[in-house]
Amino acid sequence: MTLSSSFGNNPDLDSWLQFHRDGRITVSTGKVELGQKLTTALTVIVAEELDVDPGRITVLTADTDNSPNEGYTAGSNSLESSGIALRQASAKARRALMEKASEHLEEPVENLSVTDGEIGGATTNKYVTYWDLIGDKHFKITVTDDVLPKSPDQYHLIGNPVPAVGLEALVTGTMTYVHDMEFTDMAHARVIRPPNYHAQIQDLNDTEVRAMPGVIEVILDGSFLSVVCEREEQAIWAASKLARITVWDESKELNSKDIFVQLKNNPRQSLPVVEGVAKESPVQPFRPPENSSKTLSATYQRPYHMHGSIGPSAAIALYDAQVLKVWTHSQGIFPLRLALADVLGLAEDKIHLVHVPGAGCYGHNGADDVALDAALAARAVPGRPIMLKWERADEHAWEPFGSAMQIELQASLDDTGRVIYWNHETFSDTHMSRPSAHRENSRLLAAWHLQSPRPAPPVKPTPGFHTGIHRNADPIYDFADRRVVKHLVHDLPLRVSALRSLGAYANVFAIESFMDELAHFRDMDPLEFRLAHLSDNRARAVLEAATSKANSGFSSADDGHGRGLAVARYKNSKCYVAVVIDLIVDDYGAIQLLRAVIAADAGQIVDPDGLRNQLEGGLIQSASWTLKEQVKFDDKGIVSRDWESYPILTFAEVPEIETVLIDRPDQPFLGSGEATQGPTAAAIGNAIFYAIGLRLRRIPFTQDRVRDAAAEV
Amino acid sequence: MPKVSLNVNGKVHHLDVDEKTPLIYVLRNDLGLKGTKLGCGLEQCGACKVIVDGKAEFSCNTPVEAFEKSSITTIEGIGTPDKLHVIQQAFVTECAAQCGYCIPGIIVAIKALLDVNPNPDDEMICEALSDNLCRCGTHGQILKAVKRAAKEISL
Repeated sequence: MTLSSSFGNNPDLDSWLQFHRDGRITVSTGKVELGQKLTTALTVIVAEELDVDPGRITVLTADTDNSPNEGYTAGSNSLESSGIALRQASAKARRALMEKASEHLEEPVENLSVTDGEIGGATTNKYVTYWDLIGDKHFKITVTDDVLPKSPDQYHLIGNPVPAVGLEALVTGTMTYVHDMEFTDMAHARVIRPPNYHAQIQDLNDTEVRAMPGVIEVILDGSFLSVVCEREEQAIWAASKLARITVWDESKELNSKDIFVQLKNNPRQSLPVVEGVAKESPVQPFRPPENSSKTLSATYQRPYHMHGSIGPSAAIALYDAQVLKVWTHSQGIFPLRLALADVLGLAEDKIHLVHVPGAGCYGHNGADDVALDAALAARAVPGRPIMLKWERADEHAWEPFGSAMQIELQASLDDTGRVIYWNHETFSDTHMSRPSAHRENSRLLAAWHLQSPRPAPPVKPTPGFHTGIHRNADPIYDFADRRVVKHLVHDLPLRVSALRSLGAYANVFAIESFMDELAHFRDMDPLEFRLAHLSDNRARAVLEAATSKANSGFSSADDGHGRGLAVARYKNSKCYVAVVIDLIVDDYGAIQLLRAVIAADAGQIVDPDGLRNQLEGGLIQSASWTLKEQVKFDDKGIVSRDWESYPILTFAEVPEIETVLIDRPDQPFLGSGEATQGPTAAAIGNAIFYAIGLRLRRIPFTQDRVRDAAAEV
Repeated sequence: MPKVSLNVNGKVHHLDVDEKTPLIYVLRNDLGLKGTKLGCGLEQCGACKVIVDGKAEFSCNTPVEAFEKSSITTIEGIGTPDKLHVIQQAFVTECAAQCGYCIPGIIVAIKALLDVNPNPDDEMICEALSDNLCRCGTHGQILKAVKRAAKEISL
């Protein structure tokens, strides 16, 4: 058995599990709950391994003082890292407890069994419980690789529906998000951002604002401007006034030329990608084989997209006796602590971060930035807890967006119509700008505007396996020869970072659209064409399951109806997903999604409802990006600053969704939270093609785009 | 001298707050009713909805003084974790929440709908939620929960 890498920093069993005398168990994880139902899945895993009722278990999410450091909650890795770690820790704990029970009951371990934490022997009426043996005490042992967890045939919880942890609190409004925390003497703050990234404060006379009711402090440090008030509405009013009276130097503008021209013309670094890994070596020239009979090309584009959390980013900070405490919904409180230490000039051990849930973030949004904003406000008003919330426009204009991308594909076919050479080139800014220790630089927003600014560090290509730009750039098909290139493009206009699935969304959109184009060129059924190039049986199985489900119980002979198919395996190593979309395009070019089918293989299923929610939620979010969304900006700054200028999918626009889960109890569980993003986009594009014969290659597929494409024909 | 009187969840409160304060901040910060969520402050996302005299209304942008003659119900007035309303129970049964931030506003909108029309069709449900946004993509589960609740209320 290989031990989880999460034990590297945290080998002690006691840092993962605590048994209490009253029969409760607390479980620590370095990961955080983002609405992805991680807490439920981890509860099930621990309850299964220990044979206890899940109701006994409380999962504590990350706290820099008390949790194992597991870095970021990102990349669909949490079940594979924290889940495996907790399974192994629980197995170790169970074994240790069985050995203690064996002595206590004078019965060999192999004769003992556990029912809800009660250990009994085969030949005795005596029993002892976990809580008797270890309640409120420590194991004082490390997790080792010699204890095997249960085998799947011994499971009775995993894979069955379980009530999600905390749903009652969510539906009654009693769940405490960071926005809802309340402290004695808490003050409220807002931040006043510049009109755009480059603007600087030229002049500010804050006398009038300081005289407004409830104003405690106006904080001006370089071009960082914030106001702290007794009451929340006072902070909003004061911030609004400050925004009106501040004079900004806006002479430096954004480059608002066509982003796809910038992606091709700006300076860039290019790396070859081999088996999912970018290499620091020269890119080989594009060279289709001589025996190819036809080479086709196509270019696909996605704009900047936004995370668009429904709850604006928020944090509470308290600076007291030289110690900073911050309550934050960051996805990575340990890296954030390093970043805050740099900017504030504080020692790491003087900063204590506690994770408290926020609204869904879907990647790196404003969560970390607002923590620094709150910390700066708290430093100016020591001794009082400061609640700092972003306004909607702050969130829309300042969050790090998902990068715009251009993908250029070529495929060469032989005489029989098989693809014998595939070329994939992705042009994009980075997808990874999460904060960490950057010394004189910082990725935290406010640091850029301070009197002694710490600008963002230079962006470098990330060579790892399926990292940002080249995530899923390498097709899962059996193409004999392939060339995959990532181009990291510099000097692009907008601030960017990780958005759910990173580069995979557009890379899969491109690959799976192009596969359909090739099938059409060959006059082949899109499913048959894919299967003819696909030997991975698990990928074949999801394709077949999705099409078979789509074919049953649904048909439409309406004009403008189309059905599209797409498949991918997230990061070529995680969850397999095939998506089928049925939609209608009306005479005016408006698209209505009718129905979506998802077939997914996420290995062993831990929590089927949680898995379904992640897959279906990803599909709807991706459909929203694909049909409606685009960050708008001009040379003065971001223009899409609310939900009217950045519309997302509404209840009337979502399709009916049916999901087929293929359980593989003998296989490791695979991250699923980002797996439907790419296939959904391609399935929609493919469905539009079969509906009206137009191939859309630039996202979003708005009504205007459909009309423009029709006019071009 | 309290400036504002407010009837919330069947109880009258006399409050010394600026009457121009948008209702949501009074609910959350003065009455401690944190279930009503601040999403946009622009009446665009629905996270802040409360029931005002039987109708679902935004609370994020209208001054508290406009509600003095009204009867307000917040999410806390609909049910509690120990005593879930049938709509809330249906949301739990259908696992109709991911991050959950939009859910109180949605349940409020649905409560106002079902109080008037316990048997709505899909179009009416979507109409009632036309200005409620959900970013996690929980729409399918939410619609199923609404239909389940409607069915149980009509029984």
